[in-house]
Amino acid sequence: MSSKPIEDISRKSTNVVIAGLGGQGVLKASDILADVAFSAGLDVKKSDVHGMSQRGGSVASDVRFGERVFSPMVPQGEADFLVVIAPDQVEVNRAVLGPGGVLIQPSQIDQSALPNKKSLNVALLGLLSLHLPFPVEAWTSALGRNLPEKLHEANRQSFDLGRDSGQASGQAK
Amino acid sequence: MDSLQQKNELSLLSGDEAVALAALDSGVTLGTGYPGTPSTEILENFDKLGGKAQWAPNEKVALEVGIGVAFAGRRALVTMKHVGLNVAADPLFTVAQIRLDGALLIISADDPGMASSQNEQDNRRYALAAGVPMLEPSDSQEAYEFTLRAIEISERWQVPVLLRMTTRVCHSKTVVRRGTVTIPAPGPAHFEHDFPSRVMIPAYARPAHLRLRRILAELAAWNETEGLNQLIEGSSSLGIISSGVAFQYAREAAPEASFLKLGMTYPLPLERMRAFAESVDLCYVIEEGDPYLVEAARTAGIAVEAAPEIFRFGELSVSRVRRILTGDTSPEPKRVPGKPPALCPGCPHRSAYAILKELDCIVAGDIGCYSLGVLPPFEAMDTLVCMGAAVGVGLGLRHSLPPAEAKRVVSVLGDSTFVHSGITGLVEMVYNPPATGHVLVILDNGTTAMTGMQEHPGTGRTLDHVQTGKVVFEDLARSLGVPNVIVIDPVADPEKFKQVIQSCLDKPELSVVIARRNCLLAAGSIREYERCHEQQTH
Repeated sequence: MSSKPIEDISRKSTNVVIAGLGGQGVLKASDILADVAFSAGLDVKKSDVHGMSQRGGSVASDVRFGERVFSPMVPQGEADFLVVIAPDQVEVNRAVLGPGGVLIQPSQIDQSALPNKKSLNVALLGLLSLHLPFPVEAWTSALGRNLPEKLHEANRQSFDLGRDSGQASGQAK
Repeated sequence: MDSLQQKNELSLLSGDEAVALAALDSGVTLGTGYPGTPSTEILENFDKLGGKAQWAPNEKVALEVGIGVAFAGRRALVTMKHVGLNVAADPLFTVAQIRLDGALLIISADDPGMASSQNEQDNRRYALAAGVPMLEPSDSQEAYEFTLRAIEISERWQVPVLLRMTTRVCHSKTVVRRGTVTIPAPGPAHFEHDFPSRVMIPAYARPAHLRLRRILAELAAWNETEGLNQLIEGSSSLGIISSGVAFQYAREAAPEASFLKLGMTYPLPLERMRAFAESVDLCYVIEEGDPYLVEAARTAGIAVEAAPEIFRFGELSVSRVRRILTGDTSPEPKRVPGKPPALCPGCPHRSAYAILKELDCIVAGDIGCYSLGVLPPFEAMDTLVCMGAAVGVGLGLRHSLPPAEAKRVVSVLGDSTFVHSGITGLVEMVYNPPATGHVLVILDNGTTAMTGMQEHPGTGRTLDHVQTGKVVFEDLARSLGVPNVIVIDPVADPEKFKQVIQSCLDKPELSVVIARRNCLLAAGSIREYERCHEQQTH
C-alpha cells in the first residue's frame, strides 16, 4: 500500500457523512469506509445512532479519519464528502457539507446496471473511493470483512460500477 | 489468553464493544441487564466474545443478580440505559453501603438528546444521590480502560461502581488498543457469613452508612492524588474542565486551551479543580446534560464559567461548544427535519392500531416499536410514560372517567415490556378492577424489537437464542383469574380481532387480549432458532 497520499490527508481529518433511510445500508457503508481508513493506520472515529432511527427513518453516519480525531461527529459545515443513498435525503443533510465539499448521490450512477438494488450503498462507496487515497485492494478486502461471503461478488461489481461511473464522468483525482 | 498477543492488538470498536472486551479481559463471571438503547450491544458482544451474558426481565432484577455475584466474590457486569437505573434504583441505593467481596460494575448508558428515549435524565445525579463512585469514558479506549479500572476500584474499596456512558460513547467506533490496563485475576468464588455487612436492618445499616461516607472520602482523596484525570497544558488564558464525550468536542473546539479532563466524576477531585481553575485566567466547564460539575465547583467556591441554560438541552457538539466559548446565544441553525421513523410495512402492530383507532379507543400506551403508533397515520396512542405504565395509567383512567368514556380505555404494551414491568400492573388490575372492567392488549411480536431483536422470558430463549424456561402470557393471565383471555393473530384475521376488542370493551369485566404475530424482521431468525432446537431434541 502506498503511504504517501495518506500522509497528505493526515494533517487535517477527512470528514465523510453517509446518509439515507433505515434499511439502505448506511451503517454498513460507513463501517466499510471506517475499516479502510483504520487498516491504513489512521486514527478513525465513526458515529451513528441506533435504535429508533432503524425504523425506516432518516439515518446518517459520520466517519472521520486522519492523524488525530477528537469529536466522533462531523461538525456542521465541515464535511468534505456527503454520500447520500436516498435522493430525498440530500436537502436534509446538505448543511453538513463544507465549502468545496463533494456531494455523491445515486443520480451519478446507472442504477439499472446494479447487480441488486441493495448494493447501491457500495456503488456509492466506489464513487467516493476515487476521491480518497486508499488503494482499490484496501476497499476490496474491507468489503470482504464486512459482508457475508454470498454477497461479495455482487458488491464487488457494484463497487466497480461506482468507480467506473465516476471515472467516466471525470471525477477521478 | 495470550497476553503478549493482546498487548498490541488494535481494533476499531464501539464503546459498547470496548466494555465487552474489557469485561472479558477482567474475567467478569456474569453480565446481565435489560436491553435499552444505547447499552444493548454490551451484553450481546460479551456473549459473542465467549463471556456469560444473560437478559434479565428488568434492570432491578439484573442488578440484584449482579449483587449476588459480587457477594460470591466474583465480578459482575450489569448493563442498562439511563432510565433503567430508575428501575434498579431501589437495590442501587442500598447496595451502595454494603461491603462487597467481588466486583459490581453498573453501566448507565445515558441518552442526551434522546435519540431513542423518553427523557434525557443525567445519571451523574444518581452517583451523587446514592453515593456510588462514577467513571465517565470519553471514547472507546477509555471505555475499555475505565471498565477495568472500575472493577479494580470496586474490589479495592468493596463498593459498586457506576460507569456512565452516553449515546455517542456507546455507539461511536474509535480505535482501541487492548491490554493497556491489566488488573489481578478475580478471586475464587466463596461465601462467608457477614451479617452486619450484608443484612441491612437498621442496626446494621447505620454503621454501613458511616462506612460508605468514609470510603467516599478515601476515594475523593485518591481522585485528588491519583485518579484517572488528565491534565493537558495549553494556554494560560483559557482552561476547560470537562468529562465524557464533551471533552472531545471541547478539545476540537479549543485546541489551544488547557484542559482538566475528569475520569472519575463522583466523588470529585475538588482541590485539583480549584488549583486548575486558579491557574488560568478564565475557566470554563464544558459538560453535556445537567450543570452537574458547575454546581459542584461553585458550591466548593471554585470560580468557573458555565454554558447558558439552552445548552443543557440536547447533545453537545463541536459547534455548540464553540458557541459556548464565544458567548454566542443566537438561535442555533435548525436541522432540516428528516424522515421520521415509522412502523415497518407489514408490521403486525399496524393492523392492531388501525382497529384501535377505528374503535375510537383511548389508548394508554407504552415503550417499544409500537410507540410509533402515536404518529400519523395511526395517531392511536394517547399516553407514554415509562416501561409498563400502560397498565397502571389505563386503570387510573378507567377509575376516573365517566363510564361512557372509561369503557373506551385500553392498555397496550409489547411482550418484552409486559415482562419487564407490566406483570405487576396486571396484578393490580386483578386486585383493584375498575367498575367498567378493563382491556389489556399485549402486542406480542415474539421479540424485543425496538432495541434490535433481543430475547426475553416470554420468547423462551436465552440471550444467545437457546431454548429455556418460558413465561406463557395467557397461562399467567388465567392463573391470576382474568375471566377473558384471548390469543389472536391481528394480521391473519383483522375482522375477528376487531370483534374481540369490541366485545371485551362492551363487557364490565377484565380482559387480556394477546395479539400474537412475530415481528417481520425477526420472523426468519425465530424460525431458524426453533428449527435448531427441534433438530437438537430429535
